[in-house]
Amino acid sequence: MSTEHTHDHGHGNGHDHGHHHHEESWVSKYVFSQDHKMISKQFLITAIFMGVIAVMLSIFFRLQLGWPGEKFGMLNFFLGDKWAPDGLLEKNAYLAMVTIHGTIMVFFVLTGGLSGTFANLLIPLQVGARDMASGFLNMLSYWAFALSSVIMVASLFVEGGAASGGWTIYPPLSALPQAMPGSGTGMTLWLISMVFFIASSLLGGLNYIVTIINLRTKGMSMTRLPLTVWALLVTAILGVLSFPVLVSCAVLLLMDRSFGTAFYLSDIFIQGEALDVTGGSPILFQHLFWFLGHPEVYIVLLPALGISSEIIATNARKPIFGYKAMVGSILAIGFLSFIVWGHHMYVTGMNPFLGSVFVFTTLLIAIPSAVKAFNYITTLYQGNIRFTPGMLFSIGLVSTFVTGGLTGIILADSALDVNVHDTYFVVAHFHIVMGMSAIFGMLGGVYHWFPKMFGKMMNTKLGYAHFWITLVCGYGVFFPMHFVGLAGAPRRYYDYSEFEFLQWVMDLNPIISVFAIVGGAAQLLFIFNFFHSIYYGQPATQNPWGSNTLEWTTPVKHIHGNWPGAIPEVHRWAYDYSNPEHDDDFVPQVVPLKPGEHGH
Amino acid sequence: MKLLVILVIALAIIAIVQLSKVYEFTRALRKSKEEEISPADNKLQANLMLVWMFVFFIGTIWLYIRYGHYLPEPASEHGKDVDWLMSLNLWMITVMFFIMNSMLFIVSWKFYYRKDRKARFFAHDNRLEMIWTLIPGITMAFIIVFGLITWNKITGPASADAITVELYSKQFDWTARYPGDNGEFGASSYNLISSDNALGIITKDKIASKIEEIDAEIEKVKASLEENKKLATMPESYVETLQDKIYRLERHKQRILDLGESKLPSGKSNWETGGDDRIAKGEIHLPVGKEIEFIFRSQDVIHSAYMPHFRAQMNTVPGLPTRFKMTPTITTKEMREKLGDDEFNYVLLCNKICGAAHFNMQIDVVVESPEDYEAWLKKQKTFIAQETAPAASPATADTTATPAAGAPIAAATN
Repeated sequence: MSTEHTHDHGHGNGHDHGHHHHEESWVSKYVFSQDHKMISKQFLITAIFMGVIAVMLSIFFRLQLGWPGEKFGMLNFFLGDKWAPDGLLEKNAYLAMVTIHGTIMVFFVLTGGLSGTFANLLIPLQVGARDMASGFLNMLSYWAFALSSVIMVASLFVEGGAASGGWTIYPPLSALPQAMPGSGTGMTLWLISMVFFIASSLLGGLNYIVTIINLRTKGMSMTRLPLTVWALLVTAILGVLSFPVLVSCAVLLLMDRSFGTAFYLSDIFIQGEALDVTGGSPILFQHLFWFLGHPEVYIVLLPALGISSEIIATNARKPIFGYKAMVGSILAIGFLSFIVWGHHMYVTGMNPFLGSVFVFTTLLIAIPSAVKAFNYITTLYQGNIRFTPGMLFSIGLVSTFVTGGLTGIILADSALDVNVHDTYFVVAHFHIVMGMSAIFGMLGGVYHWFPKMFGKMMNTKLGYAHFWITLVCGYGVFFPMHFVGLAGAPRRYYDYSEFEFLQWVMDLNPIISVFAIVGGAAQLLFIFNFFHSIYYGQPATQNPWGSNTLEWTTPVKHIHGNWPGAIPEVHRWAYDYSNPEHDDDFVPQVVPLKPGEHGH
Repeated sequence: MKLLVILVIALAIIAIVQLSKVYEFTRALRKSKEEEISPADNKLQANLMLVWMFVFFIGTIWLYIRYGHYLPEPASEHGKDVDWLMSLNLWMITVMFFIMNSMLFIVSWKFYYRKDRKARFFAHDNRLEMIWTLIPGITMAFIIVFGLITWNKITGPASADAITVELYSKQFDWTARYPGDNGEFGASSYNLISSDNALGIITKDKIASKIEEIDAEIEKVKASLEENKKLATMPESYVETLQDKIYRLERHKQRILDLGESKLPSGKSNWETGGDDRIAKGEIHLPVGKEIEFIFRSQDVIHSAYMPHFRAQMNTVPGLPTRFKMTPTITTKEMREKLGDDEFNYVLLCNKICGAAHFNMQIDVVVESPEDYEAWLKKQKTFIAQETAPAASPATADTTATPAAGAPIAAATN
């Protein structure tokens, strides 16, 4: 690493970067890059790679769930004789697939992939900074993420298989190698991978916060920040406050596993032996885990909401409705997300009074969420909607956010949770909000900012096909699951044929699996479009969507330092679309106020 | 069915390949820019929004009609409250679901881009925003109040004459224990678990025999170490393993010696009341119309006792006994008649991932008249009687069939 180009990113306004034409080596440009735009691409492509693995895993176990006991040559082809002898998925392998699918999706795609990509790309560009506050930490953040991805994928191939206790890895199941084969080496690797992942998250998060607070360009007051930046700021704060708790949670588990402590273990007799553990509490783990785990849900969701706010306003050619309420609801959701973790634990034997408190706090989240949903719809109302693929995904996001959010009301209600806890109802709920809403936010963001990232356009028609197939299949997979869950079908079951009372609802399972396979295959459209367009896409113009935010004032061809001349000054908020005082239907933030115009 | 599936998948793949080809063609033909959405495209997408809305709603209604009666009527007293609350909530969210989604899709359909029109500059409206902050707020207040009333009913203390039943979980089966004629459970400890004491019930005899067993084991290991001192044939690491084993056995012994005795309300010691506890495997029986208080314990990992027909669920946590109370209201026989299904059985299933055979960790629940229940209970062996004749219980066929090659766990403890 040469230090010559780690120059004064932070010096901000007026510093002329145009004359820096030093040669960058291939390695420092594409591999150990400290440029936020390159790092963002690295995050995105790694996340796409991880996403493909996670989708494949889900198709493997959907085959078993759709047609239990049926043999599929494909499974044997991919998983080999050990995990799928004769093409029949092995029971432990099934649990490993479920676990790693969840882990990759939640952490690697929706946290690393979503925040990593868009925080890196958008924060410096939208606040008007030359780069992140610390390019070096940013680079470390990506490489810690890459390392943890490699370890997580490698854990699929170790003796005993990958971690298999569910992505929530509750001890004692995850703590005792005697309890299941996946709790051996696979679990150790899972924990090590997560430690690197968290390091990546923290390095990234600190950088995002510092950049947003300190490196805004002249005129970019907090109230003029685009909602994407607000969402990414709150996301980063949530991450910085909650991930350290997960580290301690994971380290204590490592110690229980390897060094004979008993933080989470007590009174256990397994494999013919009474273990020398007393006084620990498995419930302690759950408290620590969900103290991260619930903010994590919003770490996943908020960036998607921020992205869609931006895309919806741009393509409806209307200011986002209720900017202040949108910011307020992001802050409220962020705050509340820290005091609701207990709603994952109503049936753990936690004090019922404590349960009541969590019912109260959890249901409060419905209020800012409803405000957001209504504001999106009002933004579209009387707009002039341009259906770009990014816009379609953002509208899809609003639909799934509403649909998935509403079932959360039932799960938040402890008295009702008793009967649907850990059933497919929960699977339906969180897949519609995370598997659909958050993913839609991510995909919408990719379609929208692809021209900024790669200087090329993605194909619109393929984008349309991708959206409609994904929307129909996504709902086709997850909506019927509500009914499977209400009928009493637990999640993480390998086979339901042992239960007579569930058989009547099990004819939904093959349907769900077909939708999953088609929906999974449809992602090939996106992947093809993505990689093909990087090389052969139509060249992009500087501001293809007629957008107001600062990133579209930078040249199409990326340069280090973002703006060739001085950093532009900001004179207005980001949402002056169809302002009656102007002829154009958009007014970029850099346009000075007209005499007599009321600024925002 | 299978053919259909293969057909659908094949068609999907063909469609994708075709689309990719179309892509190449359109690229060559089209002069317009990707970012310029043609009026025709825009109109098409707007119409698709509306089409999708109808498809989505019709699908939803079909699901409600076909699968909306999710479970038979609740077979427990609190289950009625839960179901009432569930219906209320489901109705409310369903209405909101239709309203919000139709607003979204209709608005998207109606306001598609037209060149001659400008969007309305409408940035905020405090009154509107107040309305949609207050309405959810008030609704949530109602939901919270109703929810907590029911929650308090469910979780309140059991009445004094409730029948206590202990459910003990392990990978991958359930064992039930009923207090014997004295009405009180004997104490238990995981340190005393052995092949003839699966629940680790404490009696003076059991303590003595377990300590004897451990002492014998220690002697055996020590003897083999002594042997090695003379011959020095064992590798160092194996010697360490044996020393570690002795250490752990001694700790185990110490934990047993540390077990405390305490007085039960009747004045008896909790080490004396375990002998007449009745132990049932394969089925648990409950009397109709009587309040039952379940005490849940777990031997190895977290499990969850889920009884969907009773709207009841509670995790079983090693080292932390949990409880759940309920009053069954419909006997198995009555439920069979209601459903017209002679085979129907209430079932308790594991609902917390616990290992390879998690998906088949179940036990039948039989609800019957108090007389039948008493008669059944009398037939169950007491702890002492069981010890003298450790016969295979009728349920073993159920549970031992499941652990697969990957899970050699159940065998070790059975």
